[in-house]
Amino acid sequence: MSDDKSQISYSLEALREGDRAEFARIVEEYSPMIYRLGLKMLNNPQDAEDILQETFIKAYKNINKFDGRSSVSTWLYRIATNEALMSIRKKRPETVSFDMPSIYETEPQEPLQIIDWCCLPEEEYLSAEGRLRLDQAAERLPESLRIVFVLRDIEGLSTRETAEVLNISEMAVKTRLSRARLRLREDLSQYYGKLVEKG
Amino acid sequence: MHKHEECRHLLDSLSAYHDGELPQELCDEIELHMKECDNCRIVIDTLGKTISLYQTTSEEVQVPEDVRQRLFHRLDLDEFLNL
Repeated sequence: MSDDKSQISYSLEALREGDRAEFARIVEEYSPMIYRLGLKMLNNPQDAEDILQETFIKAYKNINKFDGRSSVSTWLYRIATNEALMSIRKKRPETVSFDMPSIYETEPQEPLQIIDWCCLPEEEYLSAEGRLRLDQAAERLPESLRIVFVLRDIEGLSTRETAEVLNISEMAVKTRLSRARLRLREDLSQYYGKLVEKG
Repeated sequence: MHKHEECRHLLDSLSAYHDGELPQELCDEIELHMKECDNCRIVIDTLGKTISLYQTTSEEVQVPEDVRQRLFHRLDLDEFLNL
């Protein structure tokens, strides 16, 4: 059986029988994507490491429940997403439930920052300050939007795969992605727009 | 349609437009509108730049070696660390 996303082939039977070498291959292959997801969701290396460890511990314990109908990566993303959202809720219990449609989903945000900042020198975008602004803007997104943005635009999952991981409709994925992107653009425009104005 | 209303009407489609997921008819409508509306052109251009900046910085993320070692150790997979 092969996994769609990265073409790694593995034996589901061996995994279920507790073949540790086979599981180690899965860990090696999929660690980067899980670590990146944790880092982008929590914006903290220690939290990302915790999510990485918990994801693979849960995967190992529940390997018998994995029926192979979805890809291994989708299954791991699902576990990691739940871990990340739980971690966020523990840190900020006031966080709005992921399943509740928020105002950000129902209300499109009109662009307020209209300044063309596509023409800056490349080094300006990814300066230390620029990188910090990128992280801060993503951190300000509500979790329900951030996770969709991370899965679609950072991890490169399709709309269908993202819907499958999050157990929401494809339409909800598209709506949340649109809201997330527009909010990030708005936020970044404040910073990069000022750089353009400074000349 | 009043110009501002047209911008609002198209706003929700810009993300799908970026992904090339819209029917040709709606793409044509957006492209025609952008020829006359600098604001919407700027929004779509900076939207694309926003996405590409996140993709560029995310590609750089690696699992640090110490994190990888602790992961394998926690999973009792130390013997496979150097394979």
